[in-house]
Amino acid sequence: MLADALPATIAKGLKESMSNSYLVELKNITKKFPGVIANDKVNFNVKKGEIHALLGENGSGKSTLMSILSGLYRPDEGEIIINGTRMVFKSPRHAISAGIGMVHQHFKLIDSFSVAENVILGDDRIPRVLNMKEIEKNLAQLSLRYGLHINPASMVWQLSVGEKQRVEIVKMLYRGSQVLILDEPTAVLTPQETDELFRNIKEMAKSGRGIVVITHKLHEVEQIADRVTVLRKGNSVATLERDQINRQELARLMVGQEITTQCKRNTRPGTQKVLELQNVSCLNDLGLSGLKNITFEVHSGEIFGIAGVAGNGQRELAEVIYGLRKINSGSILVNGTNITGYSPRQMIDCGVALVPEDRLGTGLIPNLGTIDNLILKDYRKEKMNRGPFINWQKAKQKVSRLVDSFEVKVSSLEAPVKLLSGGNLQRLLLAREISSKPQLLIAVYPVRGLDIKATEAIHELLMGQREKGTAILLISEDLDEICKLSDRIGVLSNGSITGIISSDQADINEIGLLMMGETGAEAI
Amino acid sequence: MNHDIFIAILATAVTAGTPILYAALGEILTERAGILNLGVEGMMLVGAVCGFIIALNTANPWYGILIAMLAGGAVALIHALLTITLKANQVVSGLALTMFGTGLSGYIGKSYVGMPLPAPFHKIALPGLSNIPVIGPVFFNQDPMVYLSYILVAALWFLTFKTRSGLHLRAVGENPAAADSMGVNAFQIRYIYVVIGGMLAGIGGAYLSLYYVPSWMENITAGRGWIAVALVIFATWNPVNALWGSYLFGGIDALGFRLQTLNVNVSPYFLKMLPYIFTVVVLVLVTKRNMVKRIGSPQALGLPYDREER
Ligand SMILES: Nc1ncnc2c1ncn2[C@@H]1O[C@H](COP(=O)(O)OP(=O)(O)OP(=O)(O)O)[C@@H](O)[C@H]1O
Ligand SMILES: [Mg+2]
Repeated sequence: MLADALPATIAKGLKESMSNSYLVELKNITKKFPGVIANDKVNFNVKKGEIHALLGENGSGKSTLMSILSGLYRPDEGEIIINGTRMVFKSPRHAISAGIGMVHQHFKLIDSFSVAENVILGDDRIPRVLNMKEIEKNLAQLSLRYGLHINPASMVWQLSVGEKQRVEIVKMLYRGSQVLILDEPTAVLTPQETDELFRNIKEMAKSGRGIVVITHKLHEVEQIADRVTVLRKGNSVATLERDQINRQELARLMVGQEITTQCKRNTRPGTQKVLELQNVSCLNDLGLSGLKNITFEVHSGEIFGIAGVAGNGQRELAEVIYGLRKINSGSILVNGTNITGYSPRQMIDCGVALVPEDRLGTGLIPNLGTIDNLILKDYRKEKMNRGPFINWQKAKQKVSRLVDSFEVKVSSLEAPVKLLSGGNLQRLLLAREISSKPQLLIAVYPVRGLDIKATEAIHELLMGQREKGTAILLISEDLDEICKLSDRIGVLSNGSITGIISSDQADINEIGLLMMGETGAEAI
Repeated sequence: MNHDIFIAILATAVTAGTPILYAALGEILTERAGILNLGVEGMMLVGAVCGFIIALNTANPWYGILIAMLAGGAVALIHALLTITLKANQVVSGLALTMFGTGLSGYIGKSYVGMPLPAPFHKIALPGLSNIPVIGPVFFNQDPMVYLSYILVAALWFLTFKTRSGLHLRAVGENPAAADSMGVNAFQIRYIYVVIGGMLAGIGGAYLSLYYVPSWMENITAGRGWIAVALVIFATWNPVNALWGSYLFGGIDALGFRLQTLNVNVSPYFLKMLPYIFTVVVLVLVTKRNMVKRIGSPQALGLPYDREER
């Protein structure tokens, strides 16, 4: 053979690269954005039939690296080698035809299209004149073959998050992806959906595909990964084999220090009812019943957790309390005053604070800087003003103080906040809301998409607020988070509270059943 | 009003609506691709003047139409360059285009004002179809450009809703990032449809100067480009709705014209105002309907797309 004629070292290298059969090799990838190096000489590879986890803190460059592999971003330096040939992807189209498929962190689906229309988008193999009936039939068969259940005829806006994700995966399989990249696929799934997803991707790996999974959840890495690559601040710090994977080591590699999680329940919950909902009902965006006869209360110094699958009324609940959504019947009381029908401004004056689900849309103004965003709720107040003008000096003082004490990492106080990482955005938002010294804090999915370190920090902040006697309504889809923080847990399913349980009696399975809509436990 | 006058008004409604129809079809395609082009009025004017000059000098209205089409497309290309490549604000660029087109057409056409056109289009009665009572004389005793617009409406409807290209067009207008990630070339598609939109606006303008008037005068469109923009919303971005929508506007135009010749005692200024009042009223009603039925504009309308933007 050829290898025999070559010097021993080269021959060894050649043999290795031939036998390892990498589907993908990324070599020395560098990508700079204005002011940040998102990837700094990163090396990464995917083998046939493996599940490769990609780990790293927020902003460590995971999505950037995978966007480069999928042709969305052009690398500044480095090589992309697919099946042994060097490739330059000018657009996602090239990457797709090279067999790379990516399910993005924020789904790239067209809501007003049907599932089938989304799947066939960009496919030039189908006839120019569309026969949707036939396409839908073929897709139904395809999805059956992969065990991914989708209904090709339904409209995307009607789908649940889990279904949307299946559509995203089918989209890529339909285009013949040999390498499937999933960017934080489990961030928005229920435990059951996550299990199903993992079964599916194991199946796909078995059929010879290479799978890349980005996640922040270390137990998931232990569960499914054959190899793990850890990124830290844009560098690839290590790649571990299956038998080397353990949580402590991974956490240490990711953040460069040990992570300790501790959780203290409130030993002396208050008795004062801060928030009371009585038989509250409202409509959702589609004009259908969103909340049905919701009744519960939250006391001072208590974290009341709302568990449930996203889309079961969580957003409506938060909006109703904050006065952003009209209620049809029932009443809401804060500190004993009936505040039904109050506007958000009146709610602010009542001492209610909201950390909304949609950080960059509802919570903060993406194109404004840190100062503007932090004084959004205060600018009216006497102390911020000089006559009709804003006292920028005072504003700046206050903002720098907050940024310091909440440890928000900003490049400058004026730079648009949309450039901040997810963790920093959330800190900023909490800084604004907590600094208003609220009596009631509503936090919706406060750690969604955040890395372990940022998650810990946010949890610390919430628990600190509870110590100070604030009543906290915590809405989350992460059961571990709910169980860890809450004093009492209400389960929301299909717009109704199916049960309220005290957290020392909480059992994940029982909550899971309640989440599926089985009313059981009586209110405490 | 007797039967003949009634038919005549309806037939004039079709003729009066046709320039608006062409422009609206163009704007529908443009907006379907996610680009708002408020320069319709300007593109129509440039089309009208270029078409007129060429038709006058070649004595062939078809050359006029061809050049009007190219001129409209060329003006639209400026908008495409500004908004797609340079990501300028689409409203500002569109408004600038209208002002530019108004000025440019006035300048080019200065020495042609009021000249009569020797060989404009003529009406052709379609054998068979034109004998159908009412429908026949109204729709099938018209000039070739009207017939062409019928074909265009059907073709564009089919393109938009039944073909692969139409799917890609709509995808780019709804969510260019999603389309791009699936390998649809969002930039290319936006360029193509913005230019086609300009071409159709150019044809619409030329129809005014080559058939409807037929002569050149400054600001010959008199706001029809803006009516076309409003019509797009009225038509809920659907070519077929644009057809009868523009005839509705044409009808009001024609009615005002007729009332004047019939010596009805209404202020001519009021009659001239009618189509615009109608536009405002219709826009209010339709927007309300669209809100109830949740028919919206293409989701990404007016937003520039940048692949590497956060
Ligand atoms: N399009 C962009 N424009 C400017 N900066 C960007 C862009 N995309 C990413 N960045 C920056 O590059 C860095 C890496 O971001 P990236 O999204 O890859 O991180 P990540 O590891 O995926 O984080 P997360 O866990 O929050 O998803 C961050 O500092 C981010 O602010
Ligand atoms: Mg990411």
